Amino acid sequence: MAVKVMIPTPLRTYAGKQESVDLQAGTVGEALSALTTKFVELKKHLYSDDGRLRSFVNVYVNDEDIRYLQKDQTRVKEGDTISIVPSIAGGTPPEEHSHRN
Amino acid sequence: MRRIHAHGVETYPHECCGALLGRDGDSAREVTDLLPLANRRDDSPHNRFEVTPDDVRLAEKTAREKRVELLGWYHSHPDAPARPSEYDRDHAWPWYSYIIVSVQKGEPRDTTSWRLQDDRAAYDPESIETLAHSAGAE
Repeated sequence: MAVKVMIPTPLRTYAGKQESVDLQAGTVGEALSALTTKFVELKKHLYSDDGRLRSFVNVYVNDEDIRYLQKDQTRVKEGDTISIVPSIAGGTPPEEHSHRN
Repeated sequence: MRRIHAHGVETYPHECCGALLGRDGDSAREVTDLLPLANRRDDSPHNRFEVTPDDVRLAEKTAREKRVELLGWYHSHPDAPARPSEYDRDHAWPWYSYIIVSVQKGEPRDTTSWRLQDDRAAYDPESIETLAHSAGAE
């Protein structure tokens, strides 16, 4: 199936500066695998060292979060749009906190 | 910068967070507007912040409407230095600028800006200059 993968701004540098990439895939997992095979530099930003999608990487098929579908086994059909949407997180580890009165 | 400091003071002792909107130039980025956002980490807001994908989409939409770019994010470190933590690095995206303001005992102190290196190993510091007409000066 021909699907379109939307690339978020911070990752476009690693995807030929493209906003979207057209790929052939039957599932979300296949699409992301094809994407990271084509653009190898994307892999470390999407996946952690243990090969799992990073927790702050969110993937949608059309407007549905794949966590509420079949995750990377979610099937895609011709013309579907897969979007990679960041969530942003951070903070201070407790040990870095100075003493609070 | 004043608006970021004010947000950090307002949410102290919890972390504040928001989006940096503006223009990405060849040699510098100009932040022309801010979008303060709610910290979604209700379980540990004093030392964590989170911006949900819906809020990221809101920030992207706001940037499009203002004909600028979503350049990055700011957050505060209550009673902690304005340097990125391991947790920050582990959760960071490349390309975005990350501004951190240290809020010590309710008062804004150091402010720094950082960008994740391509290999995710560390951050590069970015210098900050406050312009008279910039969002931060409002």
